[in-house]
Amino acid sequence: MILEMKNISKSFEGLEVLKDISFGVDSGEVVSIIGPSGSGKSTLLRCSTFLETIDGGEIIYMGEKAAHTDENGNAVYVSPHELKHFRSYCGLVFQQFNLFPHYSILKNLTDAPMRVRGVSRDEAEATAMDLLKQMGIGDKANAYPYQLSGGQQQRVAIARALAMKPEILFFDEPTSALDPELTGEVLKVIRQLAEEKMTMVVVTHEMPFAKAVSNRVIFMDGGVIVEQGDPCDVFDDPKEERTKQFLRVFER
Amino acid sequence: MAFSTMLSTMSQGMVKTFLIFALTLIGSLPLGMVVALLRKSRFAPVRGFIKGFISIMRGTPLMLQLMVWYFGPYYLFGLNIGNWRFPAIIVGFVLNYAAYFAEIYRGGIESIPAGQYEAAEVLGYTKTQTFMRIILPQVIKIIMPSVTNEVITLVKDTSLAFTLAYQEVFSLAKQISASQTSFMPFLIAGVFYFVANYVVEIVMARIEKSMDYYK
Repeated sequence: MILEMKNISKSFEGLEVLKDISFGVDSGEVVSIIGPSGSGKSTLLRCSTFLETIDGGEIIYMGEKAAHTDENGNAVYVSPHELKHFRSYCGLVFQQFNLFPHYSILKNLTDAPMRVRGVSRDEAEATAMDLLKQMGIGDKANAYPYQLSGGQQQRVAIARALAMKPEILFFDEPTSALDPELTGEVLKVIRQLAEEKMTMVVVTHEMPFAKAVSNRVIFMDGGVIVEQGDPCDVFDDPKEERTKQFLRVFER
Repeated sequence: MAFSTMLSTMSQGMVKTFLIFALTLIGSLPLGMVVALLRKSRFAPVRGFIKGFISIMRGTPLMLQLMVWYFGPYYLFGLNIGNWRFPAIIVGFVLNYAAYFAEIYRGGIESIPAGQYEAAEVLGYTKTQTFMRIILPQVIKIIMPSVTNEVITLVKDTSLAFTLAYQEVFSLAKQISASQTSFMPFLIAGVFYFVANYVVEIVMARIEKSMDYYK
């Protein structure tokens, strides 16, 4: 197991966003999380990547506990120093790319490996160039983010996350900010990563993609996991009424 | 008095004006950043103190502040500091401009999208690295036009040092004009301020252009 989230709860100013959520991700597995907006999908991702702190539950990466609940029911995290080590396990691709606009594409990919992981410049640049080629944008190394299309920027963001060599890569609606004709190129790259057995968790509204690429689909609504399982089962033969309702909207 | 004599006498004032200008920038540009960061401190008393400081610095005339710095030590505490005139001017200018720069920095820092911090955090950058490498360079680009405005105002504000009878360009212009019953010193001062600001505009435009490579 790469990641285990156990009994996760999270509230924002009294509003319960995650209610006792548990799920795990195996090595090489691709998990899609679907559900209506406000269902807690993004919050779950942000808790998994330590951008938000949980109120209760356990976060376990590679068998090591990053957070647990003490006897008073409060979530306790490891020290900030140890947390740094846990962060290195996970990468996150944002809906809005969040590339660093003042850095060239190459520097977007090399700066964190050099400054955070202490990789040499030569090694960082070699890795970055390989990744850019893999993403089909090897010729953009010296460009700046504003010179690229949305689809290209998102592929840079994926490469930037991969340059840190994470054990697991999270995607937060990676195509939602893209023009429809640009989603294909990003989904293609994610599919390619799935074939290479990269462990991934993808929050998405692209149902055909989720069905085709994932090993497991989680349907969330109202802060709970309503249904999860094999994508064919969840999409073609959902058990829960809420899942059926949600999927019906997408068929239209 | 010959024009050339007038000019050479006033040029000594120009050096003093430049000294106020340069020292104020050297002091207030970094101090403004400290003030801006303290303004966002986690500790409410620190935030409150800084808010009050900025409020007073912006809410009272710089001319009055210069008076307070110069006469305050004697009238308030009975202190007699020798040769306090020039230091009082610099302290007054630096603190006043730091307050203005702090608010410009704060505006710049707050305009950086949260996503930039989050991307840096997920990549494992420390808080200091995030600020120095990711946030600050973008802030500098955003605030350049406002900083240029302040720097131009500063060139002209240096003339306020005349209230403490410091012999910068404006004080000299007034004195020479009165003693020689001539309008010329004011013209010289006017040309001096204008040319100085013209140089400021050119330099600042260059700096802005050097950051044009990204949007």
